[in-house]
Amino acid sequence: MRVMAQMAMVMNLDKCIGCHTCSVTCKQAWTNRSGTEYVWFNNVETRPGQGYPRGYEDQETWKGGWALNRRGRLSLRAGGRFKKLLTIFSNPKLPSIHDYYEPWTYDYSTLTDAPAQQHTPVARPKSLLTGENMKVSWSANWDDDLGGSTDHGHRDVMLKNLGDKVKFEFEQTFMFYLPRICEHCLNPSCAASCPSGAIYKRTEDGIVLVDQDRCRGWRMCVSGCPYKKIYFNHRTGKAEKCTFCFPRVEVGIPTVCSETCVGRLRYIGLMLYDADRVLDAASVTEPHDLYRSQRDVFLDPNDPAVVRAAEQAGIPRDWIQAAQRSPVWALINTYEVALPLHPEYRTMPMVWYIPPLSPVVDIVRDTGHDAEDKGNLFAAIESLRIPVEYLAELFTAGDVAPVTGVLRKLAAMRSYMRDISMGDAPDESIAAAVGMTGSALQDMYRLLAIAKYDERY
Amino acid sequence: MTVDDNLRRERPPAQLDGPFTQALVRTRRFFTRAQISDDSRTMYKIGGRQADDFYRDRWSHDKVVRSTHGVNCTGSCSWKVYVKDGIITWESQQTDYPSVGPDSPEYEPRGCPRGAAFSWYTYSPTRIRYPYVRGVLLQMYREAKNRLGDPVAAWADIVDDPVRAHSYKAARGKGGLVRASWDEATEMVAAAHVHTIQKWGPDRVAGFSPIPAMSMVSHASGARFVNLIGGSMLSFYDWYADLPVASPQVFGDQTDVPESGDWWNAGYLIMWGSNVPVTRTPDAHWMTEARYRGQKVVVVSPDYADNVKFADEWLPARPGTDAALAMAMGHVVLKEFFVDRSTPYFSDYVTKYTDLPHLVCLSDDGDGGFRPGKFLTAADLPDHQHEENAAFKTVLVDALTDGLVVPNGSLGHRYGDAGVGKWNLELGPVEPRLSMLEGDHEPVLVSLPRFDAPDGAAQTLARGVPARRIGDRLVTTVFDLLLAQYGVGRAGLPGDWTASYDDASAPYTPAWQEQITGVPAAAAARIGREFARNAEQSHGRSMIIMGAGTNHWFHSDTIYRAFLTLINLTGCQGVNGGGWAHYVGQEKVRPITGYTQMANALDWTRPPRNMIQTAYWYLHTDQFRYDQFGADTLSATTGLGQLAGKSTADVIAQSARMGWMPSYPTFNRNPLELADQAAAAGQPVADYVVEQLTTGKLGFAGEDPDAPENFPRVLSIWRANLLGSSSKGNEYFLKHLLGADSSLRATETAEGVRPRDVKWHQQAPEGKLDLLLTLDFRQTSTTLFSDVVLPAATWYEKHDLNTTDMHPFVHSFNPAIPPPWQTRTDWDAWQTIAAKFSELAATHLGVRRDVVAVPLTHDTPDAMANPHGVVRDWKAGECDPIPGVTMPKLVEVERDYGAVGAKMNAVGPLLDSLGATTKGITFDLATPLRYLAQKNGVVRGGPADGRPSLQRDVHVCEAILALSGTTNGMLATQGFKTLEERTGTRLADLAEEHEGKQVTFADTQNAPVPVITSPEWSGSESGGRRYSPFTINVERLKPWHTLTGRMHFYLDHDWMTELGEGLPVYRPPLNMAALFDEPVIGDVSDGSSGRVAGVTVRYLTPHNKWSIHSEYQDNLFMLSLSRGGQTIWMSNADADKVGIHDNDWVEAVNRNGVVVARAIVSHRMPEGTVYMHHAQDRLIDVPIAETSGRRGGIHNSLTRLLIKPSHLIGGYAQLSFAFNYLGPTGNQRDEVTVIRRRSQEVEY
Repeated sequence: MRVMAQMAMVMNLDKCIGCHTCSVTCKQAWTNRSGTEYVWFNNVETRPGQGYPRGYEDQETWKGGWALNRRGRLSLRAGGRFKKLLTIFSNPKLPSIHDYYEPWTYDYSTLTDAPAQQHTPVARPKSLLTGENMKVSWSANWDDDLGGSTDHGHRDVMLKNLGDKVKFEFEQTFMFYLPRICEHCLNPSCAASCPSGAIYKRTEDGIVLVDQDRCRGWRMCVSGCPYKKIYFNHRTGKAEKCTFCFPRVEVGIPTVCSETCVGRLRYIGLMLYDADRVLDAASVTEPHDLYRSQRDVFLDPNDPAVVRAAEQAGIPRDWIQAAQRSPVWALINTYEVALPLHPEYRTMPMVWYIPPLSPVVDIVRDTGHDAEDKGNLFAAIESLRIPVEYLAELFTAGDVAPVTGVLRKLAAMRSYMRDISMGDAPDESIAAAVGMTGSALQDMYRLLAIAKYDERY
Repeated sequence: MTVDDNLRRERPPAQLDGPFTQALVRTRRFFTRAQISDDSRTMYKIGGRQADDFYRDRWSHDKVVRSTHGVNCTGSCSWKVYVKDGIITWESQQTDYPSVGPDSPEYEPRGCPRGAAFSWYTYSPTRIRYPYVRGVLLQMYREAKNRLGDPVAAWADIVDDPVRAHSYKAARGKGGLVRASWDEATEMVAAAHVHTIQKWGPDRVAGFSPIPAMSMVSHASGARFVNLIGGSMLSFYDWYADLPVASPQVFGDQTDVPESGDWWNAGYLIMWGSNVPVTRTPDAHWMTEARYRGQKVVVVSPDYADNVKFADEWLPARPGTDAALAMAMGHVVLKEFFVDRSTPYFSDYVTKYTDLPHLVCLSDDGDGGFRPGKFLTAADLPDHQHEENAAFKTVLVDALTDGLVVPNGSLGHRYGDAGVGKWNLELGPVEPRLSMLEGDHEPVLVSLPRFDAPDGAAQTLARGVPARRIGDRLVTTVFDLLLAQYGVGRAGLPGDWTASYDDASAPYTPAWQEQITGVPAAAAARIGREFARNAEQSHGRSMIIMGAGTNHWFHSDTIYRAFLTLINLTGCQGVNGGGWAHYVGQEKVRPITGYTQMANALDWTRPPRNMIQTAYWYLHTDQFRYDQFGADTLSATTGLGQLAGKSTADVIAQSARMGWMPSYPTFNRNPLELADQAAAAGQPVADYVVEQLTTGKLGFAGEDPDAPENFPRVLSIWRANLLGSSSKGNEYFLKHLLGADSSLRATETAEGVRPRDVKWHQQAPEGKLDLLLTLDFRQTSTTLFSDVVLPAATWYEKHDLNTTDMHPFVHSFNPAIPPPWQTRTDWDAWQTIAAKFSELAATHLGVRRDVVAVPLTHDTPDAMANPHGVVRDWKAGECDPIPGVTMPKLVEVERDYGAVGAKMNAVGPLLDSLGATTKGITFDLATPLRYLAQKNGVVRGGPADGRPSLQRDVHVCEAILALSGTTNGMLATQGFKTLEERTGTRLADLAEEHEGKQVTFADTQNAPVPVITSPEWSGSESGGRRYSPFTINVERLKPWHTLTGRMHFYLDHDWMTELGEGLPVYRPPLNMAALFDEPVIGDVSDGSSGRVAGVTVRYLTPHNKWSIHSEYQDNLFMLSLSRGGQTIWMSNADADKVGIHDNDWVEAVNRNGVVVARAIVSHRMPEGTVYMHHAQDRLIDVPIAETSGRRGGIHNSLTRLLIKPSHLIGGYAQLSFAFNYLGPTGNQRDEVTVIRRRSQEVEY
C-alpha cells in the first residue's frame, strides 16, 4: 500500500441550474487574456448536446485516453509514446479552433465614435483570430438549452448506443447540464502523452499541472486528454489547463468554480488512495467494472491501517483528518451516489457526479398517479424523462444498474424526508428499500440539501 | 479490496503498452527532478515549481471590496470585487450572509453569470468616459450662447425655432455625439430645465429611473432633484408590467412576497410562468434543495423551460391560458374541499381572512334577471346606517345567531374616532356563515360573464345562488357567488351546471380547460387536488411561484386572481412556506420610509408629482392614435355600458379628471402661471382652478396630448435604458417622442373610432421632447438617441445601499476604485446639475408658487371618496367637481428655485414638523433626526443652515437607515405602537427585540445585516424566522388594507362589473387578428396579395439567460456564451413551415415594427410561439432590415401599449392610487408577428 492524497470534486448534477456562473468566474480569474480567448477551463454543457469542443467524447475520432491492447495492457489510445515521438510534428488528432469556436469581440467603440450618419451605430462581431468581420456561427456553448437541437442534436456522441431512446420532439424533451473541469485523473493520459515531461501530478494533492517552463507546445496532451481539458495558448505556445485553483486551495479556499457555484452543487474533498493499485484498476478488462475498480483504489481514511500507512507516507495529520471528513469520500463511498465521468477512458478521473433525478414521464402522470406516493416512487424512476441509459453512457460505461441505484436513493431520500417535513413519523421501510438506514438517509440529506459551506468544502 | 485483488491474482502486474515505451518513459527520470511512479505511468513533482508562479501572480491582489449590482435585477447579491494595482480584476460572490439556522441551507453564495461578468464594463470599449452632446446641438448652443450671452436664452433660441429644433431631433440615434466638458454639458441641461419650467411648467419635466431598492441613493439622486423642481417622476413597476394589479385588488398591497429562503418551508411548489433558474438564479438552490425535504415541484410553462428539469410534473399550458388551468383547479378544490366535504382548516381560514362570508347584493338588471351587485354595507342597515363611515363597513351573517353582523376590521373602521381600537379581525363569538344555503334562503338565477370563446367574445352564464332577503334587497355571500362562477353546483340551485369534470362544455371544469390549455383534464384535476391536500395536511404550506410568464399579459390580473383564489381557498397566504411568491420586477426597499423621504424630497416639499408611466407614454408617444377599437370592446355582457363610446384615451382622461389616477402634465397651462393667476384673481388656487375648468377656460393636458403646450419637454434617464429595453412600442417612441427615424408600419385610428373627449389633431406631432438626458456608464439605445450623455460611475465605484425581497438583508456598495476618467456617481452628478440649475434659476425663475394636482391616495381617507365604487364624472354632470372627492386635490406649493442645490444637500425641516408616513402610519422622527445631525454633521450657511448633511452619498445611506423602521428598531417599535392604537391588538413586541438597534452604513460594509420587523411591511422576521407576507395579518389579526379588511375574491367597483371581472374569470389573450387585422396564429403566407411573407406566431419576450434587461446583453462574456447577438427562439415545426434553419437570419414583422435576428431552432419550443428574449438592444450585431431599410429594431419594436380600463380605477378602497402600487401595466405578451427567413446576405 502506498498511500497518496488527492484533491477531488463531486458535482451534484441534480442541483445544477445551468447558469454558467462557474464558467464566468473561472474565465475572469484565469483565462481572460490573450492567447486563451477561446479557453474555458470550466465549461457547462447542455445534454443532450455536443459539448465543448464539439464531439470531444468521440474517441474514435480523437483517440484520447487509454485503451487495453491485445495483450490486456493499458496503452494510450492515440498510440504509445514512441508513436507520439514519430508524429510529433504532425499531430492528426488535434481539434481545430473550429471544433472549439472562433473567438470574437465587437467594435464597441463605434457606438461612441460614430460620426453623424444615416443609421444607428452598431457594433459588429470581429474575429479575435483574424480581426475580420464574421458571422458568429459557433461558440463554447452554442447548443445551450437545446438550442439548434433539430439541426445538431443527433451529433451528441452519447446517442450512438442509445438507438431511438432520445427523440428531439417537444413532448419528449429533456435536458440537464454537465459542468466540466479537468478531471485531475489518477491515471492521466495527458501526462503520459507529453513528450517533454512537462505535465505532472503534485505529490501532496494530485493536482495535475503543466510546467510552463518545460512545456514545448507539442500539444500531444491536448490529443491525449479524452476530456479535452488541456488547451493550447496560441500566444505563449504552451499548454494550459485547470489548476484546481492551487493558489487558493493551498491556503484553504475552495476553487473559484466551487465557491461561486450558486447551485451549491460542488463538493471538494481529499481522497486517500493506493498509488500502487492505480494501473491495475485502470486495466480491468470489462469497462463496466471500472467504476467499481476505481472505488477500490480509494482507501478508507477511517481504517487505522490506512491512517498508519498514511502517516508513514508523510501525509500530515490534518490532511488525514481532512480525508476523514471529506464530503467527496462520503458521496462516493459512504452513500455511493457519486459516479465518475466516462470511466471507460481509463484515466481514473477525480471529478465525480451525482446524476440528475428528473421529472417523471407523462405515462406516470397520465395514469393519474402521484409520483410522490411512496408506492410509485421507484416505478417513476424506471421511466424518468432522462433515459437512464443516457446517464449510464456518461457515468458507468453504459451500465445502468449503478445509475438506477443512485436515483433510487435520491428518490427514497425525498420520500423519507417528506414524512418528517410534514410532521409525520418517518417510514423506515423506505430507507431499507435502498439498502440504507433512516439515519443514513438523514445524514445524506444533510450533506445534499443543507450543504453548509464548511461541509461542502 | 475485492475486484482489484481478484484481478491481481489472475494476471501479472499491469504495465504500460510495451517494453519500449516502458523504457522510454523511464528516461524521464533522468531529465527531471520529478518522481516517476514505479509503473512509469505518471510523474509526481516535489519542488521546482517556479513555473507555477504565473498562476500564483494571477491570483494575487491588493484588496477585496464589497459591492453589488445596482439596478435591473432584484438578486441583491453581495460581491467581492478584487483590485490589483488600482485596477479592478474580477469579482466573486460574498459568502458571509448571516446564517438562517442550522437546519436549513444558507443564502451563500448569491450571484449569477451576469453579475460575475459585470467588471468587464469598467474598462470596456463601450464605457462612457466623458460627457457627450449631440454635435449639431452643441454647435447651435455654442453659437446661440455666444450671440445671446445667456445659457437659458440660448436654449430657448434653439428649441423655440422649429427648423433648428428639427435639425437636432432628426439626428437622434444617428451617431455624431461629441465630447463636451461637465461644465458645458450640465449648463445646457440646467438651461433646458429652467427654460421648460418658465415657458411650459415644471410638470413638463420628467425623470425616469427604476428599481430604487437596488441602489437607493443612486435612484434618489435624480428623483430628489426632479421632485424639488416640481417635475414628474415616472413609475416603473406598473410600466414594466411587473406590478401584479391583482395584488392591490386582492390584498390591498402593492406586492409583498416571501424571501426565497421560505420556499424551503413549502411542501408543494408550483412554478407558474417563472423560470427560476434563469430569472432567480441565486435563489434557485432553495427549490432544488427543498425537493430533498420531499417538496413536490410542478412547473407550468409553455416551453421546456430551464426549471422543467427540476419538476416532478410539467404542465405545458399554451401561452396566456394559465387562468383556465387555475380556474379548473379551483373548480376541483371548491368541489372536493368545500362542497363534497367541509375542510375545517380551509373553512376556518376563509371565514376569518377573506371576504367569502361577506354579503353582496344581487342587483336586478331590469328584466327579472339578477347579477352580482355591491357589497351590503352598514349604510344599508337601518340600525347601522348612521355609524361613522357606514358605507365602508361590510356585513356578514353570524351562523350562531343567524343575525347580521358588521364585523371589525373593514375600511370604515380604519379612519375616524369610532374605529379606534376596532380596526382588527377579531370576530369575538361570531362565526361567519359561508353560504346562504344554510338558513332561510331562496334560489336566484344570476347572470355571470364568460369570455372563453376563442376570440374572447363576451357571453353570459346563468347560475343560481342561494339568496336571503334583507329588507328590499336580495343578498348572497361572496362564497355562493364564487361557487356559481366556478360552476360548482349544489342541490336545489337552478342554472347551467356541469355534470362532471369531463364536461367540456361549461366553465370551469378540468375537461373545459383541456381544450384551451392543452393540459390533460386528469392532470389539471390531480394537481389541483394535490395542492389542496398538501395545504390541508400542512396547514397552508402550498406555494405558487409566479412570474413574468403569467404576469405580462393584458389580462394578467385575471390570471393572478385565479392563482390567488387557489391559494386563499386553501389557507396558504400568511403562512410560512405557503402563498403567492410573485417574482418579476418586484423589489423591496426594505428601509422604505427613509428612502421615500430622500427620493421624493418630502423633507422640503410635499406632495411630489408621481406619474403612471404607461399612460404617460401611451399618450405622449401617440400610441393612442393607432388604436382600432374602443374601450368597451372589453366589456362583459353583464356590464353596465359605462365604457360605451369611449376610447382608451378617453378613459385615461376621465380617470385623471375624477382624481383616480395622476396626470402630468396636468393642465393645458403652466401651473406656475395658474398660481399667479389665482393670486391675481384673489382666489384660493383650488377654487380658481375648479372655476376655470368648469367654465372650459382651462383643460386637462391629457385631453389634448398633441398640443405643444402639453408635450413632455425634458426627460432625464439614469440607471435605465428606456429606448433599448422597456419602451413597449419602441418605434412609436422614436417617431413621435423623439422625431427620429422609425420603422412604424401601423395605420392611424379610423375616423369613426377616434377619441370622443380627447382632441384629435390631423397631423400627429413628431419630436415632442426637447431634451433627452441620460446618465450611464455604457452605450445603449438610450444614450445613442440622447442629446446629452453624462458619464456615470459603475456599481464598483460608489457607495450605496441595496435590499431585495429575495432575502432579508441590507448590504452596501463601496468603491473598489474611484470613478475613473470623467465619470461621476449619480449623487455627485445630480448635485452638479442641481447647483448649475440653481445658479441659472435664481435669476430666471426665483421663488414661484406651483399648483400640484394630487390623485386620491391609498392608505388615506381618500380611499373613501367613492362609496360602493360608483363612477361619478363631474364633467358629465353626474356630480360637482370637488377637489379631493370627485377630482384631484389641488395643492399649492412654494418653489424656491434658487435654493434647489442647497436643498439637495441637506435633510429639510418638514420631517421635524410632519414626520414621515408609510402605509398610513406616521413616524415621529425627532430622535433619528438628532442622531443624523450628529452622525452626518450639519450644513452651515445658506437655505439649509444647520440641517443634517446629505453632501456625500454615505450621508444619504445613513439618513435612509436612520429614518426607516426596518433598520432603526426604535422607529419600528414606535410605528407598531401607533398601529396598536388603531387595531387594539398587540403588535409592538414584534420589533421590541431590536428596539435599541440602529443599523449603520459601516454595519452594511462589514456584512449583510438582517432587517428588523416593522409595520412598513406585512410579514415578520422576529426571532429569526423566514419572511412570509401577511403573517402579521394572519397571526395578529391586523386587517388587510382593503374594503372588507380581508383578502378579496370579489370586487364590486362599477368598472370591474363593466369588464365582468368582479369575480375570478378566464379571459384569453387578446385577439390581434380581430383587434388589429393581424394574421391568425399559424397562418403561412408567401407574401402575395399584399401580405407579409412568413408564418404568423405568438411573439413573447421572456427574460433572458444572458442579460438582465439590456444590461449584460452587450457584455462580451455573455455574448460569447450565447449566440452573440439578437436571437429568436422558435420551434422546429414553425421553422420547417418557412424553411428556417438554426442560426439563419430572420425578420419578424408586424404593424409595430421590424426585428432582424438569428433563429435558434429547438424542439423545446412549442409550435406557434417564438421567444425573443427581453432585452436585446439594437447595438450588437443588428443589420439593416429588408422590410424597412433601417437598422433592425429591439424586442419591443414589435410590441405596443394597450391599456386595460380597470387599471385606471381609483378613489375606492384598495383600488386607490399609490406610486408603483396601482396603475395601468405596460403589458406586451398578447402580440403576434410574422416571421420569415430573409436574405442571408446582411448589410450593416
